[in-house]
Amino acid sequence: MAYFTQQLINAITLGAIYGLIAIGYTMVYGIIGMINFAHGEVFMIGAFISLIGFMICSMLGIGSAPVAILLVLLLAMAFSAVYGWSIERTAYRPLRGSFRLAPLISAIGVSIALQNYVQLAQGARPKPGGQIVSGGFNLFTDDGFDVRVTWLQIIIVVVTIVLMAGFTWLIARTSLGRQQRACEQDMKMASLLGVNVDRTISLTFVLGAALAAVAGMLFLMYYGVIDFFIGFLAGIKAFTAAVLGGIGSLPGAMLGGLLIGLIEVFWAGYFSSEYKDVAAFAILVLVLIFRPTGLLGKPEIEKV
Amino acid sequence: MGSRLPQMLKDAGLTAFVGAALGIFIVGFRTVDIGRGLTFDYHLVDLAVAVVVIFVGRLGLSLAANGLRWPAIALGAVMIAAGASPMQLPSSFLHWFVALGGVLLVIRAIWPWANSAVNEAARTPSGRALSTAGTKWFGWLLLAGAVVMPFTPFADQKTMDLGVLILTYVMLGWGLNIVVGLAGLLDLGYVAFYAVGAYSYALLSTQHGLGFWSVLPLAGMMAALFGILLGFPVLRLRGDYLAIVTLGFGEIIRLILLNWFDLTNGPAGIGSIPGPTLFGAVFAETAPAGKQTVSEMLGIPFDGNHRLIFLYYIILVLALITNVFTQRMRRLPVGRAWEALREDETACRALGINPTNTKLTAFAIGAMFAGFAGSFFAAKQRFISPESFVFIESAIILAIVVLGGMGSQIGVVLAAVLLIGLPEWFRDLGNYRMLAFGMAMVLIMVFRPRGLIAHREPSIRLHPAGSGGSG
Repeated sequence: MAYFTQQLINAITLGAIYGLIAIGYTMVYGIIGMINFAHGEVFMIGAFISLIGFMICSMLGIGSAPVAILLVLLLAMAFSAVYGWSIERTAYRPLRGSFRLAPLISAIGVSIALQNYVQLAQGARPKPGGQIVSGGFNLFTDDGFDVRVTWLQIIIVVVTIVLMAGFTWLIARTSLGRQQRACEQDMKMASLLGVNVDRTISLTFVLGAALAAVAGMLFLMYYGVIDFFIGFLAGIKAFTAAVLGGIGSLPGAMLGGLLIGLIEVFWAGYFSSEYKDVAAFAILVLVLIFRPTGLLGKPEIEKV
Repeated sequence: MGSRLPQMLKDAGLTAFVGAALGIFIVGFRTVDIGRGLTFDYHLVDLAVAVVVIFVGRLGLSLAANGLRWPAIALGAVMIAAGASPMQLPSSFLHWFVALGGVLLVIRAIWPWANSAVNEAARTPSGRALSTAGTKWFGWLLLAGAVVMPFTPFADQKTMDLGVLILTYVMLGWGLNIVVGLAGLLDLGYVAFYAVGAYSYALLSTQHGLGFWSVLPLAGMMAALFGILLGFPVLRLRGDYLAIVTLGFGEIIRLILLNWFDLTNGPAGIGSIPGPTLFGAVFAETAPAGKQTVSEMLGIPFDGNHRLIFLYYIILVLALITNVFTQRMRRLPVGRAWEALREDETACRALGINPTNTKLTAFAIGAMFAGFAGSFFAAKQRFISPESFVFIESAIILAIVVLGGMGSQIGVVLAAVLLIGLPEWFRDLGNYRMLAFGMAMVLIMVFRPRGLIAHREPSIRLHPAGSGGSG
């Protein structure tokens, strides 16, 4: 029981990170129907900007952890958002209206280019991030096994919940969210009614990138080590989460992220850690075969 | 012009600002490991140079776009001169960066002239005939060149190695072309079938003593079987979902190869795989017991290059088989169904074509050729490990097909030479070549989404092109 609870806590933490990345996939897919393959790289860049941000904070002598985290959070969100915007502007927007697979191939190109760009600029070796938040408390002890919750895990879950709540509010209540949903339903009609479609799509990428950057920062704090390649696996898993939850659905992305976190952690905890990535891929394949609309998604009807 | 200049300057300034925002952390602050933590190695000068290049380049591009070619060419020339000058810059890469920016700008500025000239030429009847005849003859010329290549004076070991490598990718490209170019299924896990072929040969030869020629068809069948097994459940999916699922399968196969230690020896790989034999004779200085070396059989003196030449011809023949097979398939009903399916799946369904089975044949045949190529790869390398079958390989093969113009056979050859040959030649560029590779994929999609040779015509038309109809 204690072991199970401990794994559950770890799984929720991991799931929160995947969920934040998954939102970017789901929103972009919802609005322009493409898989933003480069989204994982934005997450990776967010992690690198956070690493550099934390180092600058410690150089400037900002000792208090909450202040540093908040500053780095804003920094990473802002600068990763520029990446999201630039990617959409240069690699996807010119391809709108091209044949179906063109944006996906372009996205793969962006992904390869960004990986190698970071590798060239920052080196290929893994970067240790240092500990920003340490410590925790014991939840309970059972059979001599301490169930431990770290402060970091609490921060991760709280940050995720706050961002999710803010984001849901943004989509549901603001005019920006209304425009976003309008474009999602019918882009042509929305533009006839005066919605600036290009701007809305750009904003979708900006928001997705900002959330991915938060995920990157949390990943850096949680694992303590990052390298230029983390975006690939995390991106695939987050995409799996988005598909599992039902692509195009925001709560679905969060639910999918949690489930993928659970599957991965429990698979590694109870079966074998070597095959934990296989588990994630297998889930992706199975979901797409048996329930392509995901858990909370709506079926898509192809019209001629 | 005067009224538009401030706007162009503003636009260039904004672009430079975005560039600075992109680069400030990742480029400006390089993190360096110093044992007990990280420290910064500042590259702010590099960043400043890059921002200036972006500003000038963007300004030049908008000048060219507004028809002001001469100022744009002048700006490009200034950049080339700056890149070539012995100015003190932190790295030689920056010199290249500045000069390359200038070259691109000049090309962009003279592009409309070159383009209209080419279009003029192609529009005349003789020009059009020339270009069709040209592609046809070009193919035969390339083939003749490939056949005599080993006997030309430049066929040293390095060139031959490169030739074998390029031909391997040509074959993989042609194989994937069946799946992506003809049937229109985006397969991001093609390298998995390559791996299946390679491991089939490696395991059957090292553990059961089978020879290359008997395993070759087996490896192809094995890969095709995998193609069917994997394809059957997933081929109902829509294009981009299919792409991600195939990517997932590719990774699953690699992870299994990595972790199934008893069978595959894990990350350490399988070594001492025997090479292909010529009528039972081996390519070695001294033959193992009961065997004969090729030089003994033919009565010629031993030369290490013979093995390479032999490998070269094997892969040439294998690649040509792939090509001829594809060309023939295109004329069969199933081949036509592939192309029809690529164009419109719903219409195909209405006409009674079973999409799943049709896609499955394309998937399995593509996988089979990857299996052949894989077992050749294992026989050539004599050592394989999961390292050789990573996602980036699939992406490279896909890039070859896409760059060549999906469905075009000769385009694949050109793209393979361009993407494999050139980077091998410029090995010193190191990681920059993968960066350029990724950017090239994006640029091709943006500027030439139909590939270098935009030859993706259906094999059959109801109306000849240009005589009405919707074609």
